[in-house]
Amino acid sequence: MKAKTKETVVAWGMVLPALLVISVIAFFPLFKTFYDSFFEFGLRPDIEKKFVGLKNYIDLFHDERFLATLKTTVIFTVVSVALETVFGLLIAVIVNQPFKFRGTVRAAMLIPWAIPTAISSQMWKWMFNDQGGIMTKFLEKLNIIEPGFPILGSPNTALWAIIAVDVWKTTPFMALLILAGLQLIPEELYEAARIDGANLLQRFTKITLPMLSSTIAVALIFRTLDALRVFDVVFIMTRGSVGTETLAVYNRVLLMDRAFTGAWFGYGSALSVIIFLLISIFAIIYIKSLKLKLD
Amino acid sequence: MSTKTKKLIFKVTLTLAVIFVLIWCIFPFYWAVVSSLKPNIELFDPNPTLIPKNPTFSNYVKVFAERPFHVNIWNSIVVSGITTLTTLIFGSFAGYAIARLQMKGKAFVMALILSVSMFPQISILGSLFVILRKLGMINTYQGLILPYVAITLPLTTWILQNFFRDLPKEIEEAAAIDGCSRLRTLFQIVFPMSAPGLVATGLLTFITAWNEFLFAFTFMQKPEYYTVPVAIAMFAGRTQYEQPWGQLMAAAVIVTAPLVVLVLVFQNRIISGLSAGAVKG
Repeated sequence: MKAKTKETVVAWGMVLPALLVISVIAFFPLFKTFYDSFFEFGLRPDIEKKFVGLKNYIDLFHDERFLATLKTTVIFTVVSVALETVFGLLIAVIVNQPFKFRGTVRAAMLIPWAIPTAISSQMWKWMFNDQGGIMTKFLEKLNIIEPGFPILGSPNTALWAIIAVDVWKTTPFMALLILAGLQLIPEELYEAARIDGANLLQRFTKITLPMLSSTIAVALIFRTLDALRVFDVVFIMTRGSVGTETLAVYNRVLLMDRAFTGAWFGYGSALSVIIFLLISIFAIIYIKSLKLKLD
Repeated sequence: MSTKTKKLIFKVTLTLAVIFVLIWCIFPFYWAVVSSLKPNIELFDPNPTLIPKNPTFSNYVKVFAERPFHVNIWNSIVVSGITTLTTLIFGSFAGYAIARLQMKGKAFVMALILSVSMFPQISILGSLFVILRKLGMINTYQGLILPYVAITLPLTTWILQNFFRDLPKEIEEAAAIDGCSRLRTLFQIVFPMSAPGLVATGLLTFITAWNEFLFAFTFMQKPEYYTVPVAIAMFAGRTQYEQPWGQLMAAAVIVTAPLVVLVLVFQNRIISGLSAGAVKG
């Protein structure tokens, strides 16, 4: 065998395990979800599987619960990603200044990200508790809410509390990504601007922001991808009650709860496909903006 | 305003801002620690104190005495540990082949693997559940490890292939001239040289597996198979209306403290690994 051909065989042998795992665990289930979305059936063996074409998709768009979860997901995504970007940028600029203990502060910024969402959601659920929650007490002292007001039990406040937790968790992470971009801006640019008499605000809007635009764009789309499929924080803090149900939470109810009592699995699969397509749009934009070089 | 006062104002503002950032990042964790050390009556004190008045470790004892929390920790260690090892092996093989070997369709293979990182987990949840149930893998370690390997492989492969690419080629070429086979070169030369990259990606993989909730919650349906995030999410008191917050916070601290230490120790590697995954083009 020629050396080149032998090397190709070795190469394919080396990528094979990875390809095998993602085929069985990711691509095949995805294909199966698409296929199942055209049928009406459940997970109980006595429900007959029936081909219904696009019925599940048509029904979804007449399903008020679906439309409500879509709206909630969009609000959650837009508000949390916007806040995370603005605060992230601000914090990045702050920790880019020289001060004592800068390394310690940057390390501390990894903590919210490293705590499992399931656990930080419970920490915050306790802080929002209507009896002993420290956040509830704090907001009471500021006269923002009545004493003992159930923040997580009220339609007007629960979603905002969940957004607050997501912003808390993700902003420092966003800040670190932006910080990496900040450090690539050559110091000479600021020097030159200072000599030309540009003030702090001008230096920020004329140098920092334009130089950061691609980093911010990438981080923003990356976060949008995540926010659109949000599950953990919503499920743990409210179980999707009082108008906080997102697409993923509703999808799991259909696939894992209702599918055992009725013919809901195909319908749930259709929702899974819609979530997949929705996220694909942003994934394509994300990949385009990265200009990845793969070979 | 003189430059001196201007500088002073800047310094004060900066210090205040930094303190705010620190409180933002640390307070919820600090509050969990404080709450876990408070006896139950103190938890619902109308004027909560920032330091426990009568600190007690009883919540920490109860977490292990009243529920199988040590079993949950063990489950998480086994699942995350085996996931990390498997992903590192599969990912470094694939990453090395893509970075160094002669192979047509490399870009396609890398794109295929990377595309999985975009898959929303919820979109494959139902089908994956049905498949795992057919294979009898619900409530088993392997039924959770396999999906975790699949979701952590894309980032691992991507970071490692970038890492391998940056290694000096000459050493491997010299080894080839000396008659060292590709696999031996990989194990005896490339892997030892890549230790920092392997540690960073291994950490990211471990943290991802340790933190995952949706798959664990769906594929592990018995409390004795729950991983830590599921056990904490499903934490319940004796009655439906009584949530043992002190115990819950103790459990949260027990499993979060090692992560916090890990993050503080490896901060530089984690940050560089993360930015390689998220922004490196």
